[in-house]
Amino acid sequence: MNHFELFGLPVNFELDSASLATTYRELQRTLHPDKFANGSERERLLAVQKSSQVNDAYSTLKSPIQRAEYILAVCHEDIRGEQQTLQDPMFLMQQMEQHERLEDIPHAADPEQEIADFDDELSLSIKQYLQEFSQLVSIEHYHDAANVVRKLKFVYKLQTQLSTLEDSLLDY
Amino acid sequence: MAYSEKVIDHYENPRNVGSFDKNDPSIATGMVGAPACGDVMKLQLKINEDGIIEDAKFKTYGCGSAIASSSLVTEWVKGKTIEQAGEITNTTIAEELELPPVKIHCSILAEDAIKAAIDDYKKKKES
Repeated sequence: MNHFELFGLPVNFELDSASLATTYRELQRTLHPDKFANGSERERLLAVQKSSQVNDAYSTLKSPIQRAEYILAVCHEDIRGEQQTLQDPMFLMQQMEQHERLEDIPHAADPEQEIADFDDELSLSIKQYLQEFSQLVSIEHYHDAANVVRKLKFVYKLQTQLSTLEDSLLDY
Repeated sequence: MAYSEKVIDHYENPRNVGSFDKNDPSIATGMVGAPACGDVMKLQLKINEDGIIEDAKFKTYGCGSAIASSSLVTEWVKGKTIEQAGEITNTTIAEELELPPVKIHCSILAEDAIKAAIDDYKKKKES
């Protein structure tokens, strides 16, 4: 049973995160150890296993990038753990420029504003790539969809680095 | 995870960091990225009319192993023909730097950067 089936959902990128959370809580309630206090050891063990499976499924499905990678894996286009390199000069050139911009932020006149603007741009770019991914998956172009996820991973990395920089520059 | 002394040396004193003008006909540029870790590498080779690599520069945004792999490669390719440079494999890079298995993709990145630069050179010559 895959993660989507476990949650009674079709294999689809678009999902309602509020109803995902509700289903998660319902599933965990039915699997709570108290329900199996009088059950056999086998029943208790199965409930514990299922509960951990539900946890895995929930953490994968609620994260857009992990959900995207999981969909690719279910559709025989697994890119998790791959060592292949990406060779898209236009995209990589843009990545280089964005890393240079990140490097320059500490020397900017208003680093805080610069961080906020950059973060907005990255968030927009993530949103656009996720839309593109969703569309490619809906027409079953998994190979192209995988390339979108590869690019997304670079953008997420930049956003993580930006937030690390923010923490180091600004005192919270 | 401990880095080998060679990795630390290249990381602390990277060789040949910088850029050449990518529009210069004698300059070949190779750009590669590793989706697994988000590392980006740019390798540029200055190639003379006999097909010998006279100089090399790199710019890498990534971990210590990725920086060390690209730094090492810029030293290795100098004086080599493009054919000889194209024979450098990730295995020899990983062995030289004593990279652990989880960092092998950094050496793959460096090997692919050389290949991408050579492809760029060939494309430039044809046009």
